[in-house]
Amino acid sequence: MAGKTKGLLALGVVVLTTAVLAWAGSESKPKAGGAPKPVIQKAVKGEQCVEDTDYMRRNHMVVLDVHRDKVVIEGIRTKKHSLKECINCHASETTGSVAAAKDDFCVSCHSFASVKIDCFDCHSTKPQGSMAMHPLNAETAHYKHKLAAQATSKVSAEEMAGVAQ
Amino acid sequence: MSELKPMSDQAPESRDRRRFVGAAAATAAGLAIAPGVMLVEVAHGRPEDQAASSAVRWGMLVDATKCATGCNDCVTACSTENGWTPVTESKHPKQAPQWIRKLELQDPLTQMETNLPMMCQHCAEPPCVDVCPTGASFKRADGIVLVNRHTCIGCRYCMMACPYKARSLVHEPLNDTQKPDVPRGIGCVESCTLCVQKVDRGDGNTACAEACTAAGHDALLFGDMNDPESEISKRLRELPTKQVRADLNLNLGIRYHGI
Repeated sequence: MAGKTKGLLALGVVVLTTAVLAWAGSESKPKAGGAPKPVIQKAVKGEQCVEDTDYMRRNHMVVLDVHRDKVVIEGIRTKKHSLKECINCHASETTGSVAAAKDDFCVSCHSFASVKIDCFDCHSTKPQGSMAMHPLNAETAHYKHKLAAQATSKVSAEEMAGVAQ
Repeated sequence: MSELKPMSDQAPESRDRRRFVGAAAATAAGLAIAPGVMLVEVAHGRPEDQAASSAVRWGMLVDATKCATGCNDCVTACSTENGWTPVTESKHPKQAPQWIRKLELQDPLTQMETNLPMMCQHCAEPPCVDVCPTGASFKRADGIVLVNRHTCIGCRYCMMACPYKARSLVHEPLNDTQKPDVPRGIGCVESCTLCVQKVDRGDGNTACAEACTAAGHDALLFGDMNDPESEISKRLRELPTKQVRADLNLNLGIRYHGI
Protein backbone atom coordinates (compact mmCIF):
# COMPACT_ATOMS: atom_id res chain seq x y z
CA MET A 1 0.00 0.00 0.00
CA ALA A 2 2.73 2.39 1.09
CA GLY A 3 4.70 1.52 -2.05
CA LYS A 4 1.73 2.34 -4.29
CA THR A 5 1.23 5.76 -2.63
CA LYS A 6 4.90 6.51 -3.07
CA GLY A 7 4.63 5.54 -6.74
CA LEU A 8 1.63 7.81 -7.25
CA LEU A 9 3.38 10.68 -5.47
CA ALA A 10 6.47 10.24 -7.60
CA LEU A 11 4.33 10.22 -10.76
CA GLY A 12 2.55 13.37 -9.56
CA VAL A 13 5.87 15.12 -8.96
CA VAL A 14 7.13 14.14 -12.42
CA VAL A 15 3.92 15.35 -14.12
CA LEU A 16 3.95 18.61 -12.19
CA THR A 17 7.63 19.27 -12.91
CA THR A 18 7.12 18.65 -16.62
CA ALA A 19 4.12 20.96 -16.65
CA VAL A 20 6.03 23.69 -14.83
CA LEU A 21 9.01 23.30 -17.14
CA ALA A 22 6.83 23.41 -20.22
CA TRP A 23 5.09 26.53 -18.94
CA ALA A 24 8.35 28.23 -18.11
CA GLY A 25 9.70 27.27 -21.52
CA SER A 26 6.77 28.85 -23.29
CA GLU A 27 7.24 32.08 -21.29
CA SER A 28 10.88 32.88 -22.08
CA LYS A 29 10.80 32.91 -25.87
CA PRO A 30 14.46 32.69 -27.01
CA LYS A 31 15.10 29.18 -25.76
CA ALA A 32 18.70 29.31 -26.93
CA GLY A 33 19.36 31.84 -24.15
CA GLY A 34 21.39 35.05 -24.38
CA ALA A 35 20.20 38.61 -24.67
CA PRO A 36 16.99 39.36 -26.52
CA LYS A 37 17.65 40.19 -30.16
CA PRO A 38 17.64 43.91 -30.97
CA VAL A 39 14.50 45.39 -32.44
CA ILE A 40 15.53 47.38 -35.47
CA GLN A 41 12.84 49.87 -36.29
CA LYS A 42 12.66 51.13 -39.82
CA ALA A 43 13.54 54.81 -40.09
CA VAL A 44 10.44 56.95 -39.81
CA LYS A 45 11.28 58.78 -43.00
CA GLY A 46 13.52 58.19 -45.96
CA GLU A 47 13.94 55.03 -48.00
CA GLN A 48 17.67 54.53 -47.78
CA CYS A 49 20.36 55.47 -45.30
CA VAL A 50 23.09 57.90 -46.43
CA GLU A 51 25.43 54.92 -46.77
CA ASP A 52 24.84 51.24 -47.42
CA THR A 53 22.96 49.69 -44.48
CA ASP A 54 25.52 46.92 -43.90
CA TYR A 55 28.33 49.43 -43.99
CA MET A 56 26.54 51.68 -41.52
CA ARG A 57 25.87 48.80 -39.12
CA ARG A 58 29.58 48.12 -38.84
CA ASN A 59 31.07 51.56 -39.34
CA HIS A 60 28.62 54.24 -38.18
CA MET A 61 30.91 55.12 -35.29
CA VAL A 62 33.82 55.81 -37.64
CA VAL A 63 31.63 57.92 -39.90
CA LEU A 64 30.37 59.95 -36.94
CA ASP A 65 33.87 60.29 -35.49
CA VAL A 66 35.31 61.76 -38.69
CA HIS A 67 32.35 64.08 -39.09
CA ARG A 68 32.37 65.41 -35.53
CA ASP A 69 35.94 66.71 -35.79
CA LYS A 70 35.14 68.47 -39.04
CA VAL A 71 32.10 70.11 -37.48
CA VAL A 72 33.56 71.15 -34.16
CA ILE A 73 37.07 72.15 -35.18
CA GLU A 74 36.64 73.38 -38.74
CA GLY A 75 32.99 74.33 -38.77
CA ILE A 76 32.09 72.16 -41.77
CA ARG A 77 28.47 71.37 -41.08
CA THR A 78 27.46 69.09 -43.92
CA LYS A 79 24.22 67.25 -43.27
CA LYS A 80 25.08 63.85 -44.75
CA HIS A 81 26.94 62.30 -41.82
CA SER A 82 25.51 64.52 -39.11
CA LEU A 83 24.29 62.88 -35.91
CA LYS A 84 21.42 65.35 -35.93
CA GLU A 85 20.23 63.96 -39.26
CA CYS A 86 20.57 60.37 -37.94
CA ILE A 87 18.26 61.36 -35.12
CA ASN A 88 15.89 63.17 -37.47
CA CYS A 89 15.30 59.94 -39.41
CA HIS A 90 15.64 57.28 -36.74
CA ALA A 91 13.82 58.78 -33.77
CA SER A 92 11.08 56.39 -32.71
CA GLU A 93 7.51 57.30 -33.53
CA THR A 94 6.36 56.45 -30.03
CA THR A 95 9.03 58.08 -27.87
CA GLY A 96 10.25 60.66 -30.40
CA SER A 97 13.79 59.73 -29.43
CA VAL A 98 16.61 57.41 -30.50
CA ALA A 99 17.57 56.48 -26.95
CA ALA A 100 14.68 56.97 -24.52
CA ALA A 101 13.17 53.47 -24.42
CA LYS A 102 14.90 50.11 -24.71
CA ASP A 103 13.54 49.47 -28.20
CA ASP A 104 14.64 52.84 -29.58
CA PHE A 105 16.99 52.73 -32.55
CA CYS A 106 20.38 53.34 -30.93
CA VAL A 107 19.75 51.70 -27.57
CA SER A 108 18.27 48.53 -28.99
CA CYS A 109 21.46 47.36 -30.72
CA HIS A 110 23.83 48.89 -28.21
CA SER A 111 22.32 47.06 -25.27
CA PHE A 112 22.42 43.82 -27.28
CA ALA A 113 26.10 44.38 -28.09
CA SER A 114 26.70 45.69 -24.56
CA VAL A 115 28.38 48.84 -25.83
CA LYS A 116 27.81 52.03 -23.86
CA ILE A 117 26.78 55.07 -25.90
CA ASP A 118 28.37 58.30 -24.71
CA CYS A 119 26.84 60.46 -27.45
CA PHE A 120 23.72 61.23 -25.49
CA ASP A 121 25.48 62.48 -22.38
CA CYS A 122 25.82 65.67 -24.39
CA HIS A 123 23.70 65.33 -27.53
CA SER A 124 19.94 65.54 -27.53
CA THR A 125 18.26 62.25 -28.45
CA LYS A 126 15.32 64.01 -30.05
CA PRO A 127 14.92 65.84 -33.35
CA GLN A 128 14.56 69.57 -33.31
CA GLY A 129 11.06 70.85 -32.66
CA SER A 130 8.56 68.04 -32.88
CA MET A 131 8.77 64.47 -34.11
CA ALA A 132 11.12 64.21 -37.09
CA MET A 133 10.49 67.75 -38.13
CA HIS A 134 13.11 69.91 -39.63
CA PRO A 135 11.50 73.16 -40.69
CA LEU A 136 13.84 73.86 -43.58
CA ASN A 137 14.11 70.30 -44.81
CA ALA A 138 11.79 69.59 -47.71
CA GLU A 139 12.48 65.89 -47.40
CA THR A 140 10.43 65.83 -44.23
CA ALA A 141 7.51 67.78 -45.62
CA HIS A 142 5.56 64.67 -46.60
CA TYR A 143 5.44 63.61 -42.96
CA LYS A 144 3.17 66.46 -42.05
CA HIS A 145 0.12 64.26 -42.60
CA LYS A 146 1.61 61.60 -40.36
CA LEU A 147 2.07 64.17 -37.64
CA ALA A 148 -1.41 65.50 -38.12
CA ALA A 149 -2.80 61.96 -37.67
CA GLN A 150 -0.94 61.60 -34.38
CA ALA A 151 -1.92 65.04 -33.23
CA THR A 152 -4.47 63.87 -30.66
CA SER A 153 -2.12 61.68 -28.71
CA LYS A 154 1.52 62.50 -29.20
CA VAL A 155 2.01 65.95 -30.61
CA SER A 156 1.19 68.97 -28.53
CA ALA A 157 -0.62 72.02 -29.86
CA GLU A 158 2.61 73.98 -29.70
CA GLU A 159 4.40 71.45 -31.86
CA MET A 160 1.58 71.42 -34.35
CA ALA A 161 1.94 75.17 -34.72
CA GLY A 162 5.50 74.50 -35.84
CA VAL A 163 4.32 71.91 -38.35
CA ALA A 164 1.67 74.14 -39.82
CA GLN A 165 4.20 76.77 -40.85
CA MET B 1 29.01 109.32 -54.46
CA SER B 2 32.14 109.21 -56.58
CA GLU B 3 32.19 105.48 -56.04
CA LEU B 4 28.57 105.06 -57.01
CA LYS B 5 29.08 106.48 -60.51
CA PRO B 6 31.22 103.72 -62.01
CA MET B 7 28.84 101.19 -60.47
CA SER B 8 25.91 102.60 -62.40
CA ASP B 9 27.99 102.54 -65.59
CA GLN B 10 28.50 98.86 -65.16
CA ALA B 11 24.92 98.23 -64.22
CA PRO B 12 23.84 96.07 -67.21
CA GLU B 13 26.82 93.77 -66.84
CA SER B 14 26.44 93.38 -63.10
CA ARG B 15 22.74 92.68 -63.46
CA ASP B 16 23.53 89.89 -65.90
CA ARG B 17 26.02 88.48 -63.48
CA ARG B 18 23.53 88.64 -60.68
CA ARG B 19 20.99 86.75 -62.75
CA PHE B 20 23.59 84.09 -63.49
CA VAL B 21 24.55 83.75 -59.83
CA GLY B 22 20.89 83.54 -58.90
CA ALA B 23 20.32 80.76 -61.43
CA ALA B 24 23.38 78.86 -60.23
CA ALA B 25 22.26 79.15 -56.62
CA ALA B 26 18.77 77.98 -57.55
CA THR B 27 20.20 74.96 -59.38
CA ALA B 28 22.42 74.05 -56.47
CA ALA B 29 19.51 74.43 -54.08
CA GLY B 30 17.28 72.32 -56.32
CA LEU B 31 19.85 69.55 -56.26
CA ALA B 32 20.38 69.79 -52.54
CA ILE B 33 16.84 69.92 -51.22
CA ALA B 34 14.07 71.69 -53.04
CA PRO B 35 13.79 74.93 -54.97
CA GLY B 36 13.07 77.90 -52.80
CA VAL B 37 13.85 76.18 -49.54
CA MET B 38 17.65 76.33 -49.63
CA LEU B 39 17.78 79.69 -51.37
CA VAL B 40 17.60 81.59 -48.09
CA GLU B 41 20.51 79.64 -46.68
CA VAL B 42 22.60 80.03 -49.81
CA ALA B 43 22.02 83.75 -49.81
CA HIS B 44 23.43 84.42 -46.32
CA GLY B 45 26.07 82.32 -44.50
CA ARG B 46 29.00 80.46 -45.97
CA PRO B 47 28.28 77.12 -47.70
CA GLU B 48 27.88 74.29 -45.20
CA ASP B 49 30.75 72.27 -46.73
CA GLN B 50 33.16 75.17 -46.36
CA ALA B 51 35.34 75.48 -43.25
CA ALA B 52 35.33 78.57 -41.06
CA SER B 53 37.83 81.00 -42.52
CA SER B 54 40.47 83.15 -40.87
CA ALA B 55 39.54 85.92 -43.30
CA VAL B 56 36.66 86.52 -40.88
CA ARG B 57 36.99 87.48 -37.25
CA TRP B 58 33.74 87.47 -35.38
CA GLY B 59 33.48 89.97 -32.58
CA MET B 60 31.10 92.12 -30.64
CA LEU B 61 30.89 95.73 -29.62
CA VAL B 62 29.22 96.37 -26.27
CA ASP B 63 28.00 99.90 -25.79
CA ALA B 64 27.82 100.19 -22.00
CA THR B 65 26.22 103.63 -22.26
CA LYS B 66 23.13 102.00 -23.82
CA CYS B 67 23.07 98.90 -21.58
CA ALA B 68 20.05 99.36 -19.30
CA THR B 69 19.96 98.92 -15.53
CA GLY B 70 17.89 95.92 -14.49
CA CYS B 71 17.59 94.56 -18.03
CA ASN B 72 18.58 90.92 -18.28
CA ASP B 73 17.33 90.16 -21.79
CA CYS B 74 20.71 89.14 -23.21
CA VAL B 75 21.21 86.58 -20.45
CA THR B 76 17.72 85.16 -20.87
CA ALA B 77 18.08 84.97 -24.65
CA CYS B 78 21.41 83.17 -24.30
CA SER B 79 20.04 80.58 -21.90
CA THR B 80 17.02 80.00 -24.14
CA GLU B 81 19.10 79.65 -27.29
CA ASN B 82 21.78 77.46 -25.75
CA GLY B 83 19.69 75.53 -23.25
CA TRP B 84 21.51 76.31 -19.99
CA THR B 85 19.62 76.83 -16.75
CA PRO B 86 19.78 80.42 -15.47
CA VAL B 87 21.39 80.92 -12.05
CA THR B 88 18.08 81.95 -10.47
CA GLU B 89 16.43 78.67 -11.47
CA SER B 90 19.39 76.47 -10.60
CA LYS B 91 19.39 74.09 -7.66
CA HIS B 92 23.05 74.90 -7.09
CA PRO B 93 23.47 78.60 -7.91
CA LYS B 94 27.18 78.60 -7.11
CA GLN B 95 27.78 75.88 -9.69
CA ALA B 96 25.30 77.15 -12.26
CA PRO B 97 26.65 77.78 -15.75
CA GLN B 98 26.97 81.41 -16.81
CA TRP B 99 27.68 81.83 -20.48
CA ILE B 100 26.89 85.51 -20.11
CA ARG B 101 26.17 87.59 -17.01
CA LYS B 102 25.14 91.14 -16.29
CA LEU B 103 27.48 93.26 -14.19
CA GLU B 104 26.44 96.45 -12.45
CA LEU B 105 29.45 98.51 -11.41
CA GLN B 106 29.66 101.66 -9.37
CA ASP B 107 32.53 104.09 -9.13
CA PRO B 108 33.06 104.49 -5.35
CA LEU B 109 34.16 108.11 -5.75
CA THR B 110 31.63 109.49 -8.17
CA GLN B 111 28.82 106.98 -7.63
CA MET B 112 28.54 106.60 -11.40
CA GLU B 113 26.88 103.33 -12.37
CA THR B 114 27.91 101.24 -15.34
CA ASN B 115 26.04 98.24 -16.74
CA LEU B 116 27.63 95.69 -18.96
CA PRO B 117 27.33 92.06 -19.98
CA MET B 118 30.43 89.93 -19.37
CA MET B 119 31.13 86.75 -21.25
CA CYS B 120 33.95 84.94 -23.07
CA GLN B 121 35.99 87.71 -24.70
CA HIS B 122 37.10 85.49 -27.59
CA CYS B 123 40.75 86.48 -27.26
CA ALA B 124 43.07 86.24 -30.24
CA GLU B 125 45.63 84.86 -27.78
CA PRO B 126 43.41 82.88 -25.40
CA PRO B 127 45.00 81.79 -22.09
CA CYS B 128 42.44 78.96 -21.86
CA VAL B 129 43.90 77.45 -25.03
CA ASP B 130 47.45 77.79 -23.71
CA VAL B 131 46.74 75.82 -20.54
CA CYS B 132 44.46 73.08 -21.90
CA PRO B 133 46.25 69.74 -21.48
CA THR B 134 44.21 67.91 -24.13
CA GLY B 135 43.75 70.56 -26.80
CA ALA B 136 40.02 70.63 -26.15
CA SER B 137 40.01 74.38 -25.64
CA PHE B 138 40.71 75.88 -29.03
CA LYS B 139 40.26 78.92 -31.22
CA ARG B 140 38.40 78.36 -34.45
CA ALA B 141 39.74 79.93 -37.63
CA ASP B 142 37.13 82.70 -37.48
CA GLY B 143 38.21 83.77 -33.99
CA ILE B 144 35.54 81.98 -31.93
CA VAL B 145 37.02 80.33 -28.83
CA LEU B 146 35.34 77.00 -28.19
CA VAL B 147 35.58 73.82 -26.12
CA ASN B 148 35.70 70.55 -28.01
CA ARG B 149 33.65 68.45 -25.60
CA HIS B 150 34.84 65.26 -27.27
CA THR B 151 38.31 65.87 -25.82
CA CYS B 152 37.52 67.92 -22.70
CA ILE B 153 38.37 65.99 -19.54
CA GLY B 154 36.85 68.54 -17.17
CA CYS B 155 40.11 69.47 -15.43
CA ARG B 156 39.07 73.14 -15.26
CA TYR B 157 42.55 74.57 -15.88
CA CYS B 158 40.95 76.88 -18.44
CA MET B 159 38.51 78.18 -15.83
CA MET B 160 41.47 79.08 -13.65
CA ALA B 161 43.38 80.67 -16.54
CA CYS B 162 40.52 82.82 -17.84
CA PRO B 163 40.90 86.41 -16.59
CA TYR B 164 37.19 87.02 -17.20
CA LYS B 165 35.71 84.08 -15.25
CA ALA B 166 33.86 83.30 -18.44
CA ARG B 167 33.82 79.53 -18.19
CA SER B 168 31.74 77.07 -16.18
CA LEU B 169 31.73 73.33 -15.66
CA VAL B 170 28.61 71.24 -16.01
CA HIS B 171 28.39 69.42 -12.67
CA GLU B 172 25.14 67.49 -13.05
CA PRO B 173 23.80 65.14 -15.73
CA LEU B 174 21.53 67.10 -18.04
CA ASN B 175 19.17 64.21 -18.77
CA ASP B 176 18.44 64.95 -22.41
CA THR B 177 17.43 68.57 -21.84
CA GLN B 178 19.99 69.87 -24.35
CA LYS B 179 19.08 71.68 -27.52
CA PRO B 180 19.74 69.58 -30.66
CA ASP B 181 21.97 72.37 -32.00
CA VAL B 182 23.90 72.89 -28.77
CA PRO B 183 25.35 69.69 -27.34
CA ARG B 184 26.64 70.16 -23.79
CA GLY B 185 27.09 67.75 -20.93
CA ILE B 186 28.33 66.69 -17.55
CA GLY B 187 32.05 66.91 -16.87
CA CYS B 188 32.79 69.40 -19.63
CA VAL B 189 33.70 73.05 -19.45
CA GLU B 190 31.64 75.46 -21.51
CA SER B 191 31.30 79.14 -22.25
CA CYS B 192 29.90 81.63 -24.73
CA THR B 193 30.25 80.28 -28.29
CA LEU B 194 29.19 83.53 -29.98
CA CYS B 195 26.18 81.40 -30.99
CA VAL B 196 28.39 79.39 -33.33
CA GLN B 197 25.37 77.34 -34.45
CA LYS B 198 23.62 80.52 -35.57
CA VAL B 199 26.77 81.90 -37.21
CA ASP B 200 27.24 78.68 -39.18
CA ARG B 201 23.58 78.70 -40.14
CA GLY B 202 24.12 82.15 -41.59
CA ASP B 203 21.97 84.13 -39.14
CA GLY B 204 24.81 86.64 -38.84
CA ASN B 205 23.81 87.57 -35.30
CA THR B 206 23.86 86.19 -31.78
CA ALA B 207 20.89 85.52 -29.52
CA CYS B 208 22.00 88.19 -27.01
CA ALA B 209 22.44 90.89 -29.64
CA GLU B 210 19.06 90.02 -31.19
CA ALA B 211 17.41 90.28 -27.77
CA CYS B 212 19.12 93.58 -27.01
CA THR B 213 17.93 95.05 -30.30
CA ALA B 214 14.44 93.66 -29.70
CA ALA B 215 14.37 95.34 -26.30
CA GLY B 216 15.24 98.62 -28.03
CA HIS B 217 18.61 99.14 -26.32
CA ASP B 218 20.92 98.35 -29.25
CA ALA B 219 23.84 97.96 -26.86
CA LEU B 220 25.23 94.83 -28.55
CA LEU B 221 26.55 94.75 -32.09
CA PHE B 222 27.84 91.51 -33.56
CA GLY B 223 29.85 91.32 -36.73
CA ASP B 224 33.01 90.61 -38.67
CA MET B 225 35.85 92.77 -37.34
CA ASN B 226 38.05 91.88 -40.32
CA ASP B 227 35.63 93.32 -42.85
CA PRO B 228 36.24 97.09 -42.99
CA GLU B 229 32.74 97.61 -44.42
CA SER B 230 30.89 95.77 -41.63
CA GLU B 231 28.78 97.77 -39.21
CA ILE B 232 30.94 96.74 -36.26
CA SER B 233 34.16 97.85 -37.98
CA LYS B 234 32.63 101.23 -38.81
CA ARG B 235 31.50 101.74 -35.23
CA LEU B 236 34.86 100.62 -33.85
CA ARG B 237 36.52 103.25 -36.05
CA GLU B 238 34.27 105.99 -34.69
CA LEU B 239 33.83 105.13 -31.02
CA PRO B 240 36.48 105.07 -28.31
CA THR B 241 36.46 101.48 -27.10
CA LYS B 242 38.32 99.52 -24.48
CA GLN B 243 39.35 95.96 -23.95
CA VAL B 244 38.85 94.62 -20.45
CA ARG B 245 42.25 93.96 -18.88
CA ALA B 246 43.96 95.39 -21.96
CA ASP B 247 47.21 95.08 -20.02
CA LEU B 248 47.15 91.34 -20.68
CA ASN B 249 47.58 91.95 -24.41
CA LEU B 250 45.10 89.27 -25.42
CA ASN B 251 43.53 91.16 -28.36
CA LEU B 252 39.89 90.62 -27.45
CA GLY B 253 36.98 89.94 -29.77
CA ILE B 254 34.61 91.76 -27.42
CA ARG B 255 35.14 95.51 -27.21
CA TYR B 256 33.46 97.85 -24.74
CA HIS B 257 32.45 101.45 -25.20
CA GLY B 258 31.66 103.63 -22.21
CA ILE B 259 33.56 101.83 -19.48
